[in-house]
Amino acid sequence: MNSTPALRYHPVSVLLHWVLGLALIGLFAVGLYMTDLPFSPQRLKLYNWHKWAGVTLLALSAFRLIWRLTHRPPALPVAIESAMPGWQKLAHHATHHGLYLLFFAVPLLGWAYSSAAGFPIVLFGVLPLPDFVPVSEELAELIKPLHKLSAFAMMALVLLHVAGALKHQLVDRDGLIARMGFGRR
Amino acid sequence: MTFMRPVSFVLASALWLPLAAQAQQQLVPAQSEIGFVSRQMGVPVEGKFKTFSAQVAFDPAKPAASNIAFTVDTGSATLGVRETDVELPKPIWFNVAQFPKATFQSSSVKRVDASKFEVAGKLTIKGVSSDVVVPVTLAQSGTTTTATGSFPIKRLTFRIGEKEWSDTSMVADEVQVKFKIALTGVGKL
Repeated sequence: MNSTPALRYHPVSVLLHWVLGLALIGLFAVGLYMTDLPFSPQRLKLYNWHKWAGVTLLALSAFRLIWRLTHRPPALPVAIESAMPGWQKLAHHATHHGLYLLFFAVPLLGWAYSSAAGFPIVLFGVLPLPDFVPVSEELAELIKPLHKLSAFAMMALVLLHVAGALKHQLVDRDGLIARMGFGRR
Repeated sequence: MTFMRPVSFVLASALWLPLAAQAQQQLVPAQSEIGFVSRQMGVPVEGKFKTFSAQVAFDPAKPAASNIAFTVDTGSATLGVRETDVELPKPIWFNVAQFPKATFQSSSVKRVDASKFEVAGKLTIKGVSSDVVVPVTLAQSGTTTTATGSFPIKRLTFRIGEKEWSDTSMVADEVQVKFKIALTGVGKL
């Protein structure tokens, strides 16, 4: 069967999807690990790396959003879309919209938490980033759980997304996953 | 007695004269701050000492006769973050149990210009003394005189941050000490 370009994602979209997807999962794991460390240089190092990576992912997510808005993704194959019940279509769109929302919410909340706690972010140790919230212990305590909860929400959506992809691959066996692959167009 | 009288008179005069010339100035703690800025992986982190006292005898007209001393409670250091504040009193940082006070004692005060002075003296933290020169700018408003300034110190000179924390790529050696000291009873500039 020949696949036509319109059925697949653009290679840049594919690259962004896999690089950012894996990076987000990695950053979530680092976040879980570092918050349990005792006060130490190792903890300080991981916190800074986490912030630098988070800001980098925020910038790449902005690029990804612009790319997404200017490059129409392939529509779902008619056979697949017509077989989907209404709730699945809704879940499909809600998951993607939710993920994009959280791509921004999670790092921005992390940035705000860092600023409020009195630790402004200095990207890669050289570029001071602005604080968009004031230093305030109360505010920091308010934002901290929001950063955590939003990160957990994002990982829940990632799991849902992966489960959906696996369902198409293993249950429906419709090969939908290939349109996000690195194969030939 | 005939011998004692002139001696005690001279002594009394010598002690009394400078005191009369410069009545002790009073610290206004609510309007005063002693803080520090350290750098952690390039990130400037502000801290402060909540409790300190000062003994100041200073007359702008006779700066050389000044005597300025500060005592800072090392246990009152805070970065405004609970989880780091519990670390600061520990032996590798300020070792508050053994060294509860940091002190500054002036040795000379020089006038630089109309509002600027240079205070040289000995800074003692964690049992280590080091000579420092502190630039001070004075501003007067009503009965209050506010002294502001900052000067760098090397934290490792005072063994602040030992063992794994002596790595200056994590926490820079240089720490800026900043102060704003409000005093009453200072003569007109």
